[in-house]
Amino acid sequence: MTDILVYVPNSGKHAAEVLTLARSLGDVSAVAFDDAAASLAGEYGAAKVYRVEAPGADDYFVDPKATVLIDLARSANPGFFLLPSTDEGKALAARVAVALDNGLMTDVSGLDADGTATQDAFAGATIVKSKATKGFLLATVKAGATEPAPAPGSPAVETVNAAVAEADQRVKVVQRVDEPAGDRPALSEARIVVSGGRGVGSAEDFALIERVADALGGAVGASRAATDSGYYPHKFQVGQTGTTVSPQLYVAAGISGAIQHRAGMQTSRVIVAVNKDADAPIFGMADFGVVGDLFQVLPQALEEIEKRK
Amino acid sequence: MNIVVLVKQVPDSGLARQLDAQLRVDRNGANNVMGELDEYAVEAALQLKEAHGGEVTVLTLGPGQATETVRKTLAMGADKAVHIEDDAVGGSDALTTSAILAAALGRLEWDLVIAGAESTDSNMGVMPQLLAARTGAPALTGARKIETDGSTVTVEHQRANGYDVLSAALPAIVSVWDTINTPRYPSLKGIMAAKRKPVESLTLADLGIEAAGPAAAWNEVVDAAARPPRTAGQIVTDEGQGGTALAEFLAAEKFI
Ligand SMILES: Cc1cc2nc3c(=O)[nH]c(=O)nc-3n(C[C@H](O)[C@H](O)[C@H](O)COP(=O)(O)OP(=O)(O)OC[C@H]3O[C@@H](n4cnc5c(N)ncnc54)[C@H](O)[C@@H]3O)c2cc1C
Ligand SMILES: Nc1ncnc2c1ncn2[C@@H]1O[C@H](COP(=O)(O)O)[C@@H](O)[C@H]1O
Repeated sequence: MTDILVYVPNSGKHAAEVLTLARSLGDVSAVAFDDAAASLAGEYGAAKVYRVEAPGADDYFVDPKATVLIDLARSANPGFFLLPSTDEGKALAARVAVALDNGLMTDVSGLDADGTATQDAFAGATIVKSKATKGFLLATVKAGATEPAPAPGSPAVETVNAAVAEADQRVKVVQRVDEPAGDRPALSEARIVVSGGRGVGSAEDFALIERVADALGGAVGASRAATDSGYYPHKFQVGQTGTTVSPQLYVAAGISGAIQHRAGMQTSRVIVAVNKDADAPIFGMADFGVVGDLFQVLPQALEEIEKRK
Repeated sequence: MNIVVLVKQVPDSGLARQLDAQLRVDRNGANNVMGELDEYAVEAALQLKEAHGGEVTVLTLGPGQATETVRKTLAMGADKAVHIEDDAVGGSDALTTSAILAAALGRLEWDLVIAGAESTDSNMGVMPQLLAARTGAPALTGARKIETDGSTVTVEHQRANGYDVLSAALPAIVSVWDTINTPRYPSLKGIMAAKRKPVESLTLADLGIEAAGPAAAWNEVVDAAARPPRTAGQIVTDEGQGGTALAEFLAAEKFI
């Protein structure tokens, strides 16, 4: 069977998805820098785990990890090397590509065993299929590419001891600042997302969006117009330059549906829109839409939701 | 402090875009603009120049029409530009592009290279790291804030749930998100001055690059299709019942 190398950054959903996809292509060897990642790899069917001990690697940006991955890819000679499409995953893939003189694909949403990769182009308007013509298939896999499916096993574990080389100490991580996640589900992983746009009109009125999200057990999102206007923090922005979400339900309130916003939410299973402009482009993609003032529609919906619970 | 800004001309991401018959980005039928995130890179470079002195050089790889994008950066305030233009470049992949840009960077004097966090046509977001690997300079990517004292650079690397403060000695490569600043518009004076600013034109031969285009690419696009449009749903107009109708829909779909 083909050997698939997978970089597992943590024990999150995205990492589980990449492992699930990889398993459908061949025998998975996972690279884990900590115990949580290693145990996720076991839970999701990896045949082998490279458990890397690289003391001090976290004090630096991606370079020490890149060196480890380059060495492993060189010796494992895999058919596929998959990483999650995150800033870190893309950075690592780029370093591997240059070091091993190999091509790379980013934001892959599907992969066949014959090496055909599916990608979205132009904010999802076009679906592209590509193949690697030389080398191995090095790709970063987009969040939501597949449903994570556990397949617990007991992988062979090989410990890899890696010292951080001086050349990899150039970019220091001076400080890591984690903003509190709050009680709501993480935006990128939520089953339900309720987003507000410029139509919400103020930071205070975003409380209405939060109430709807909480009533449905969902995460809160925002359009760029809303984050740029200071109605809601930037990290909640959905779209091309924000987070890409693919929930079961996406509610867009006071959002017109610009291409850059659609880029981040159009693969949602069910889309609901509330907008007072009947011509807003968002209605063109909504499964259910209400043409009306969100300050009338949402409070009434909330009341009805509470009644039905 | 000498800064090179990387800008790429792209089809306007706010309008419909497509692939051409050869399954490449259709640049002829599109409204081409400066990469939307690259405007923030130009602004960041200009602000650093205003604080520390030195020169801002714009570097672009693209077809003849990319001259318009170059002119816009000069009108915003960049001092000079290098435009790599060669018919052999069309259909190149990111790896080849990085080899070409790295060769051009090798001919320039720089303390800092600033790029957009990703181009808004391919959205790969890998160029800064590819260039770091090729030039040996450190890459500090995805910045929402950038500061330098002339010998080191410090950035806030934006993450989904916070940020990391990264620091490295110059020369270095930085990429920026749209949270970093508000790009200026070219002034009339700037537009006039841009006409007299030097633009160096280079070919692949000038850079000693032999292999480019589809033949040198590692990947091949084998198929492309428009995403099937979502089937139109039910739209109701609120006449006092809109919220209830919405809740009923959510209940029918088992979200409540
Ligand atoms: C490079 C680049 C990247 C971008 N990235 C993103 C991105 O990641 N995410 C993103 O969202 N955008 C992004 N944009 C911006 C995008 O083009 C739009 O400007 C933005 O999505 C608009 O946000 P909006 O829909 O909230 O605002 P608007 O387009 O102003 O729409 C507001 C809507 O609210 C409606 N409304 C107003 N009042 C009410 C009311 N009381 N009740 C009901 N409806 C009401 C209006 O009818 C209108 O349709 C990007 C743009 C560029 C150039
Ligand atoms: N052809 C190009 N010419 C100049 N700069 C480029 C080119 N392609 C990419 N870049 C720079 O690299 C950044 C990231 O591009 P990408 O990796 O293609 O998403 C862009 O925002 C530009 O700053």
